[in-house]
Amino acid sequence: MDPLAPAPRDRGGPGGPLLIACDLKKHFPVRSSGGKSVQAVDGISFSVREGETLGIVGESGCGKSTLARLLLHLIVPDAGELVFDGTTVRDDITVGALRRQVQIVFQDSYSSLNPRMPIRDTVAFGPFVQGKPKGEARRIARDTLARVGLDPDLFGPRYPHELSGGQKQRVNIARALATGPRMVILDEPVSALDKSIEAQVLNLLRALKRQLNLTYVFISHDLNVVRYLSDRVLVMYLGRVVELGRVEAIYTRPAHPYTRALLASQPSMNPVRRIEEPPITGDPPNPIAPPAGCRFHTRCPFAEPVCMTVDPPLPPWLGPQSHIAACHLSDRLPRRISHE
Amino acid sequence: MNRGAALAEVRDLRVRFVGREETIHAVNGVSFAVPSGKVLCILGESGSGKSVTLRALMRLLPPRSSRIEGSIRIGGEDVLAMPLRALRDLRGGLVAMVFQEPMTALDPVYTIGRQIIETVRKHTGCDRHSARARALELLELVRIPSAAQRLEAYPHELSGGLRQRAMIAMALSCRPRLLLADEPTTALDATVQVQILILLRNLQRELGMGMIFVTHDLGVAAESADTVAVMYAGRIVESGPVERVMRAPAHPYTAGLLASTVHGQPRDRDINAIPGSPPDLRRLMPGCSFAPRCSRRQPSCTTNLPEPRFPKPGHMAACFAVPSAPVV
Repeated sequence: MDPLAPAPRDRGGPGGPLLIACDLKKHFPVRSSGGKSVQAVDGISFSVREGETLGIVGESGCGKSTLARLLLHLIVPDAGELVFDGTTVRDDITVGALRRQVQIVFQDSYSSLNPRMPIRDTVAFGPFVQGKPKGEARRIARDTLARVGLDPDLFGPRYPHELSGGQKQRVNIARALATGPRMVILDEPVSALDKSIEAQVLNLLRALKRQLNLTYVFISHDLNVVRYLSDRVLVMYLGRVVELGRVEAIYTRPAHPYTRALLASQPSMNPVRRIEEPPITGDPPNPIAPPAGCRFHTRCPFAEPVCMTVDPPLPPWLGPQSHIAACHLSDRLPRRISHE
Repeated sequence: MNRGAALAEVRDLRVRFVGREETIHAVNGVSFAVPSGKVLCILGESGSGKSVTLRALMRLLPPRSSRIEGSIRIGGEDVLAMPLRALRDLRGGLVAMVFQEPMTALDPVYTIGRQIIETVRKHTGCDRHSARARALELLELVRIPSAAQRLEAYPHELSGGLRQRAMIAMALSCRPRLLLADEPTTALDATVQVQILILLRNLQRELGMGMIFVTHDLGVAAESADTVAVMYAGRIVESGPVERVMRAPAHPYTAGLLASTVHGQPRDRDINAIPGSPPDLRRLMPGCSFAPRCSRRQPSCTTNLPEPRFPKPGHMAACFAVPSAPVV
């Protein structure tokens, strides 16, 4: 397919963002805390261009999985707007119509498959409920299984418990692709896999993106994997975006102190050059009561008085070469020593 | 005790799990030695037998379904022949373990302080007051801030990193000479993981303990090991000094694992993944277990078990494709 020709389903116009998330918010009330809530996603805005891979990184509890579910309306946001391909979700298109075009692959490959259904039925289920006749849905399932590297005659009749972790994750990818989506949200798709299997699945994801002109949102806590796969990277901390930029900019010139700490905390893979001092101390704070001001100030080695009181805004995204960070000090931080 | 002997010495360890319908051959002839003051990292993927090996060292495997053969000597004592009473003194005394999941390894209904005090009193027989002083000292040793307050905390009141520190404190309470760590940082976030790795490394050095560290993460091994033993399908396929194994891996499996781990590969090319998946441990094939996935397979690989070869002194690889250094 000619990558420059507009996709037949492209309504937002070529070059327009495929997905725009605008000020998404989701707070989960905590019953025993007297009206407090976990601020899982607290005002997140970004856009995903057609054909790119947007990586989302952050530690556990930063809200990255909640964000993944918000993008599909698997969790309904408290506030904010989702615009898919120029149409506002729920105003202009239904959630069902959104899910025809956006699919998700979860981390736990076993619990996201129906244990009582052979995998060919699991994969055929999506196209079937979307109105394809049974025979057609089965044919799609066979093709999709073959595409993800599973022989449909050999694996089609099997149940999830008869498959290895890597094979189950291939089924999940097939299930997501069977409805012919344009965008796939990958929520830690390789985190539960062994390294030798992880590499196979990453190669598969790359090949599928090329063959099917897909757009990926790739969520992971593994910075190395995100660097390998993403075009742009979004860094989250306690429900907020702290930095967003092109992958090489983020990894070679990180602007936010948290991104720097995250990169410097990566084991070196070099036994001769070990990390001698932890880049930052302590654990991420409780998202029920995030710190006032900048949420990172309690662990930030550069924090100044202003950081404790004023919440630094994320500057607007100005175009493909933009690199933005929500930090009061980002333009006067000491020059970074390369971590490589 | 023989002073020249290694702190821990394992010879031809075999572990089977026997069930009504099938037998799983989890560990199939593992030998290694750990001297005092050194760190051995056992590196392997899930199902390689690394955690089973570690648990066998303290005889923590279910006695009814597991069959352990071979020899395990720690501090000169034969662990497999030990009566239960002596075993109780060994566990937590001479040898202590740090587990992967502090939330399940700590007792949720007792405070951190009470759990440490109980351990100290059981092993040393000292009074409550001095046991409490020791507990406080331990929490300070593992750098838990406001330690006195944390003694009264329940596990659920602590963050993941602090819980793991508390578990390390408990493991160190009776001054073990050998510390076993089973993926102690896997459940932690990146910025916390590095703190715990550095803490363990410093404590091990300061206290002069031997340490066996089980991990699936090459980066973690590079950060903490003196020597590395790579396990596949219940056997050690390669071992040697960490710099040597990570920089010049001799066994095709180790080389494949390094190549398939994403760390700064060019973005426009596929990763060199190892094809296939690990073998079924219920039906162990003759020959090298890695042969079906190996790019350097020879006809003999599927019939004979490759004996250890030594490309450099101290560097072992069990593979027919590896040339042995000439014996001097």
